[in-house]
Amino acid sequence: MENENNNSSRRNFLKLGALGGIALAGTAIASAVTDETPKATGKKVKVLTADGKLVEIDSSLVDHHAANDDFSKAELRQGVAGKKFIRVIDLGKCANERKCITGCQKAHNVLAPIEYIKVKKMQNSPLESPYWFPTMCYHCDNPPCTKVCPVDATFKRSDGIVAMDYERCIGCKFCMAACPYSARTFNFGRPEQVKYSEEHKNDTSDPNHCTTPYAQEGTVAKCDFCTDRSEQGLLPACVIECPNGAIYHGDELEDVVTNGEDTVRLKKLLQDRAGYRQFEELGTKPRVYYLPPVKRDFPFEDATEVQNTKE
Amino acid sequence: MSANINKHETFTQAEYMVMKNDLLRPIEKIGKAGKLWIAFLVAVFMAGVVAYIIQETKSKYVTTSLRDYTMWGIYISNFLFMVAIGLVGVLMSAILKLTNFEWYRPLSRIAEVIAIGAIMFGGISIVVAMGRPDRLINLLLYGRIQSPIIWDVIGITTDLTACIILLFIPLIPSLVTCKNHLENLPKWQLKMYNMLSFGWQGTPEQWAILKKTMKTLTALVIPLGVIICTITAWLFATTLRAEWDSTNFGAYFVSNAFLLSVAVMTLATFIFRKAYKLEKYLTEMHFDKLGQAMVLMALIHGYFNVNEYLIPAYKMSGLHENTLLNLFVGKEAGFYWSVVFFGIIIPFLLPLFPKMRKPIPLTIISLAVLIAGWFRLYLIVIPGLLHPYLPIQDVPKSWTHYFPSAVEMTVVAATFAGLLLVVTLFSRFFPIISVWEVAEGELEGKEEIFNYK
Ligand code: SF4
Ligand code: SF4
Repeated sequence: MENENNNSSRRNFLKLGALGGIALAGTAIASAVTDETPKATGKKVKVLTADGKLVEIDSSLVDHHAANDDFSKAELRQGVAGKKFIRVIDLGKCANERKCITGCQKAHNVLAPIEYIKVKKMQNSPLESPYWFPTMCYHCDNPPCTKVCPVDATFKRSDGIVAMDYERCIGCKFCMAACPYSARTFNFGRPEQVKYSEEHKNDTSDPNHCTTPYAQEGTVAKCDFCTDRSEQGLLPACVIECPNGAIYHGDELEDVVTNGEDTVRLKKLLQDRAGYRQFEELGTKPRVYYLPPVKRDFPFEDATEVQNTKE
Repeated sequence: MSANINKHETFTQAEYMVMKNDLLRPIEKIGKAGKLWIAFLVAVFMAGVVAYIIQETKSKYVTTSLRDYTMWGIYISNFLFMVAIGLVGVLMSAILKLTNFEWYRPLSRIAEVIAIGAIMFGGISIVVAMGRPDRLINLLLYGRIQSPIIWDVIGITTDLTACIILLFIPLIPSLVTCKNHLENLPKWQLKMYNMLSFGWQGTPEQWAILKKTMKTLTALVIPLGVIICTITAWLFATTLRAEWDSTNFGAYFVSNAFLLSVAVMTLATFIFRKAYKLEKYLTEMHFDKLGQAMVLMALIHGYFNVNEYLIPAYKMSGLHENTLLNLFVGKEAGFYWSVVFFGIIIPFLLPLFPKMRKPIPLTIISLAVLIAGWFRLYLIVIPGLLHPYLPIQDVPKSWTHYFPSAVEMTVVAATFAGLLLVVTLFSRFFPIISVWEVAEGELEGKEEIFNYK
């Protein structure tokens, strides 16, 4: 019962959070209020109340528990009810500052050279202008990776997320071969990586919704749209970290996306700015849209290339 | 039919006595060279086991050259090779048997044993390539039929079972022969023959059952073999990668497998003939026929090769351009063209000349075909992976190319040693040439088996 309450209130909250377009932390205030002895941390967070008011409260009043405290494994495979996560990337805003990458690595306990989100230099033809192109798992609606997985370790959830179950993955790497976007990485268990993720396993809640909070040796991992953060009403790490607001994250059902500052209507944005998807002809139906790199905020600078070449 | 069976009845005893010395000799005595050979194989195999233990214990996979882009390396190309070689059983014993080519008789058991060994080590290669072999059980717990890997698992186990039965059934009369005519053997070995022969008497009914079972299994094993080879191709063709996105892939793999099978058979025939002094049974005729088969298979494979590479090359569509240019004129060009040359052109052209169909030249050609064949599968897996749609950028140098590590090479070498060990040990305990099948052939007046000039 208790769990159910938490869930439903969290969901409502999340809904409001996305609409409000603010990076929000925590869950139901109601449950936090009943808490016996909250120690004030002095750190203020903004939350949105049920009647739509924005208030600032002490962060101790907000529940920071891990997502899988509340969800059974079956529920995790199901996804967040009533959501369809979606993303829009404004190529005109990307200056290859790579903050999204480092933020993501921190959030998921991975060390370079593993990058769940990559920024590539693209140029479609010699006469066209080059541009920076952030890629990640597109959480395809017709995902080739889930089709080929022999054990359902990579699966599509109702909220649009293509998630990974590290507990189940047998490491056949077929999904990596099948993904046309090279979005997946393999956990080759380098000693420093193993040590690092062991040390930091309690830092994050539960990326990918498994019982292990970090990718295991010998299994596949990839961008998970930070669903653990979404469930707590937080925006994904890359969205928050991007200093230029290039990444918009949101909910297709609500028709709204936000980059943490601006909140916009998804359909209108895509229509006004001629949004497109990468390799539409492959039929994978990605859930990540791109806005063409017109009217750029920055001149293209080549010097920012080549940063992740250390073994 | 019944007359045939009765002939067996009357003739076997006498005929077996004649052949006993020839065909059963390798079981009774192992020469020094034989022992050395086995010791060598065991050593290589053990080295592979050690390499694998290192791979699995020393922080997973750091000992391999596998990286995010080339996450399938020589383990997978070796798996493809083993599956291809596994088709040899189908080729020799099934197709030839069903089409009544009499010259198959002394070859069928050799082919069957190689096939079993190859399929076994193909399966092992896959497990070695897996990141979490400890979770193999998940395939049973959560297996989903829409994944080509599951098709492969089912295909390989079925095919392996069918091949083992197909090897075993015609072995039964030979086991009785062993039991009756072999002496100076350890007790357990004789006991083993006795147990495995399941009370075979050689009655007409038993012969009838044996023949019928063989026929059915033979017919069954053809589609099975072709299917697992095709499924293996589908592992690639079901992905969206440009270089594997081919409707031709199944046929390409099967034709390649047949070509490799002929080469493997030639090599095996040559070695058994020399090592066990079986010139009387494995004759020049076999090399002549195998050489002819090789020309045909190389022609067919060449045809599919044109379909696979040259036709997409004509279009040079944006999706294929990347890999094709690399193969034809780029970094991999020398590699690609030598594989075409040694793997298709040589086996097509040279055996056209009767002189080249003699044992020694044909064996050398076969060796070239096999090596080229292994590299052909390497060329399918690795350059395919290194040319994804989105450019590889901003990664460590070792991610942008692939060269197998010592651990990987040792493990692959061990799978070959393992395969050879299976074949060698089998031939040490069981007659590698089916005595009764050859005898039957002779009795039926198929003189060419013996008196081919
Ligand atoms: S981008 Fe790749 S990994 Fe992500 S859902 Fe699509 S196919 Fe799967
Ligand atoms: S590597 Fe893991 S997630 Fe990928 S296909 Fe194999 S079992 Fe599934």
